[in-house]
Amino acid sequence: MKTIKLSSFAIETVEEACSDFQYREDELINILHRCQHKLGYLPAEVQEIIAQKLQMSVAKVYGVVSFYSFFSMIPQGKHPISICMGTACYVRGAEKLVDEFKRQLRIDVGETTQDGNFSLSCLRCVGACGLAPIVMVGDKVYGRVSAKQVKDIISEYQKSMV
Amino acid sequence: MIHTHILVCGGTGCRASQAKEVQEELVSLIRDKHLSQTVQVTTTGCFGFCEKGPIVKIIPDQTFYTQVTPEDARDIIEEHIIKGRKVERLLYEDPKTKKRISDSVHMNFYKKQLRIALRNCGIVDPENIDEYIARDGYQALGRVLSIYSPDEVIDIIKKSGLRGRGGAGFPTGKKWEITSQVEATQKYVVCNADEGDPGAFMDRSILEGDPHAVIEAMAICGYCIGANKGLIYIRAEYPLAIGRLLVAIEQARKYGLLGRGILGNDFEFDIELKYGAGAFVCGEETALINSMEGRRGEPVIKPPFPAEKGYFDCPTNVNNVETFANICPIVLKGAEWFSSIGTEKSKGTKVFALAGKINNVGLIEVPMGTTLREVIFDIGGGIKGGKKFKSVQTGGPSGGCLTESSLDMPIDYETLLEEGSMMGSGGMIVMDEDDCMVAISKFYLEFTLDESCGKCAPCRIGNKRLWEILNKMTKGEATEKDLEKLIDLSHTIKDTSLCGLGQTSPNPILSTFKNFKHEYLGHVRDKQCEAGQCKDLLHYTIDAKMCVGCTACLRNCPVGAISGEKKKPHLIHQDICIKCGICYEKCKFNAILHQS
Ligand SMILES: Cc1cc2nc3c(=O)[nH]c(=O)nc-3n(C[C@H](O)[C@H](O)[C@H](O)COP(=O)(O)O)c2cc1C
Ligand code: SF4
Ligand code: SF4
Ligand code: SF4
Ligand code: FES
Ligand code: FES
Repeated sequence: MKTIKLSSFAIETVEEACSDFQYREDELINILHRCQHKLGYLPAEVQEIIAQKLQMSVAKVYGVVSFYSFFSMIPQGKHPISICMGTACYVRGAEKLVDEFKRQLRIDVGETTQDGNFSLSCLRCVGACGLAPIVMVGDKVYGRVSAKQVKDIISEYQKSMV
Repeated sequence: MIHTHILVCGGTGCRASQAKEVQEELVSLIRDKHLSQTVQVTTTGCFGFCEKGPIVKIIPDQTFYTQVTPEDARDIIEEHIIKGRKVERLLYEDPKTKKRISDSVHMNFYKKQLRIALRNCGIVDPENIDEYIARDGYQALGRVLSIYSPDEVIDIIKKSGLRGRGGAGFPTGKKWEITSQVEATQKYVVCNADEGDPGAFMDRSILEGDPHAVIEAMAICGYCIGANKGLIYIRAEYPLAIGRLLVAIEQARKYGLLGRGILGNDFEFDIELKYGAGAFVCGEETALINSMEGRRGEPVIKPPFPAEKGYFDCPTNVNNVETFANICPIVLKGAEWFSSIGTEKSKGTKVFALAGKINNVGLIEVPMGTTLREVIFDIGGGIKGGKKFKSVQTGGPSGGCLTESSLDMPIDYETLLEEGSMMGSGGMIVMDEDDCMVAISKFYLEFTLDESCGKCAPCRIGNKRLWEILNKMTKGEATEKDLEKLIDLSHTIKDTSLCGLGQTSPNPILSTFKNFKHEYLGHVRDKQCEAGQCKDLLHYTIDAKMCVGCTACLRNCPVGAISGEKKKPHLIHQDICIKCGICYEKCKFNAILHQS
């Protein structure tokens, strides 16, 4: 794994999270939630600090991080795109959207574009099944998306770049 | 005096289509027109009619406006509120009669529903405890603390016949009784709000729309089993539900309904949230407890059951959100009232998240014993786009696909099992003639593979093999031997997996194989996908006789694979076509064929 140097902000964030939860091992998931929320992802270095502070093995922390799909070890794109692959969205054509996003962005699910602008992931039911199929870009929800619209959604965010 | 209430849906579905902006617009118009003294805007939970959201409802006349945009707010205020004329274009149009329906009372969608668990969803403001109290909220808790002993309450729940709504259908009263009888200094009440079934949003909607119903019931449970602490295990991915729960818990504490000395009694109870992080298996109760303790959410072999040894080895009563949502009405209206609803062995109602190829996607609650046909065709409004019904899937990734022949069966725990599916937590996905049953099995298997915790080999490795075989089938590369292997292996995985996830993971395959065997054979023998979904087995062509040259397909093809002139037959260039199927959906003249 590539080693990166954590910023002092990141180190402080992690240490603060550990102390707020009283260095308790049973609060590990809450600590991870806090760190991911503030830092965007959980690189190995963050996990190392947590392990040290909570006096547990790095393997154990990693075991938890890798178990839960919500936790990510790679940075997301500036505009993270998530396609709902819940059953309701699947039967209304979500798979075609995945294909189309992959084709347009030239990346696979779980990857980030070279310019760091977009990342692509799938999730399972955002609770808006009535508007299936659903695509989310950041916190914004797009409903009844057709493969044809994919291009427009992407260009909406490309424009906001400049 | 407020005489008109404007209810705006604040559920996840409607929020995703600008409900919040609609509400802000309504509020600002009311202010501008100086109506604040008489008209009030309230945010509620989901109305269940998510397909046509955002929903706005006017009380007292029950006017039900659908697909309201922020721009429509002006007409609602100026026409309806000020001049008393309903805004015709926003009323729901019955898909069969094409008539506009003036209020929710006359909508087929609501006529066959009976709302117990959802009694307050779409009615109260979930962030305002007073509204909950005004609808008998916290009366059940008051009654329990003042006149019933724990055993008496347990007896009421037992007699009501309420069974767990989280999937297995275990009698709730009995579970409470078992936990209450274990001697311990510390016990816990846990609400399972993990709701991992992809395509289901019942529990989340209850928490978003009526959080106090669950909080009050958990306190009652705590009183019955002798626990002073409650924990709600909820996914971090449900920000709206989490936010509303936190507000509700805080309000309940302020009102002395949580904490020490509740309602002047020496009963103490408080609730804390525990966050999940997106793992389906964490919905299984032993995995859930592991996860709450900060570990990987892996299941452990039962017994011991959580009732004996649960959270930090203390006796723990785990119930589902919807199970809890039924408790207070049972306490207030009595066991007999509840047990008079439903079938012999399944009492009360069930909430379903109705989705898929159906006109009214949404959240519904029906008495047990209602038929699937009533749910799909009366409440659900039938199949979208006039297509033919093919199958309905219940029970999520552990369930099965039922056919036309099961449509007139009454919905209850036993019947669904006999028919080859299960109740599950309440996902109900309707599929039409365009859905391939081999592909849907593959879809569920993919989900199981993603979600298998990997602890035991049959589930970890076996499901991978199943997926590989299904994948080969959808590509036309599988043989009849593979098909045999698929079924054999399915049985082995069912018999040898450690937890419910693995034990049920082959169900989608087995049920579709039973009911749609010819489709499996078609993929294997003839390399054909009858539904026209398996991309690798298809190609798209245009029937020149049917094509009127409307250009719709050409304009919508994402790769420019279609050529043709206006009013002349079009042509698909196979070398460019990526088989996305858009043209097939767009052509209104049935001129596009997809063939194996
Ligand atoms: C793989 C798996 C996933 C489950 N997911 C859920 C869930 O998301 N929500 C839930 O309430 N129960 C779920 N259950 C059932 C729980 O283990 C448990 O039976 C239930 O929470 C008990 O509550 P009830 O008696 O009120 O239904 C799941 C079970 C299994 C095997
Ligand atoms: S059956 Fe699957 S999910 Fe359950 S314990 Fe085994 S590997 Fe884990
Ligand atoms: S299937 Fe898709 S790519 Fe092929 S012609 Fe139709 S719209 Fe174009
Ligand atoms: S949409 Fe249908 S009718 Fe119109 S041009 Fe295409 S194939 Fe012909
Ligand atoms: S399945 Fe996609 S929002 Fe529910
Ligand atoms: S979210 Fe508004 S009706 Fe369901």
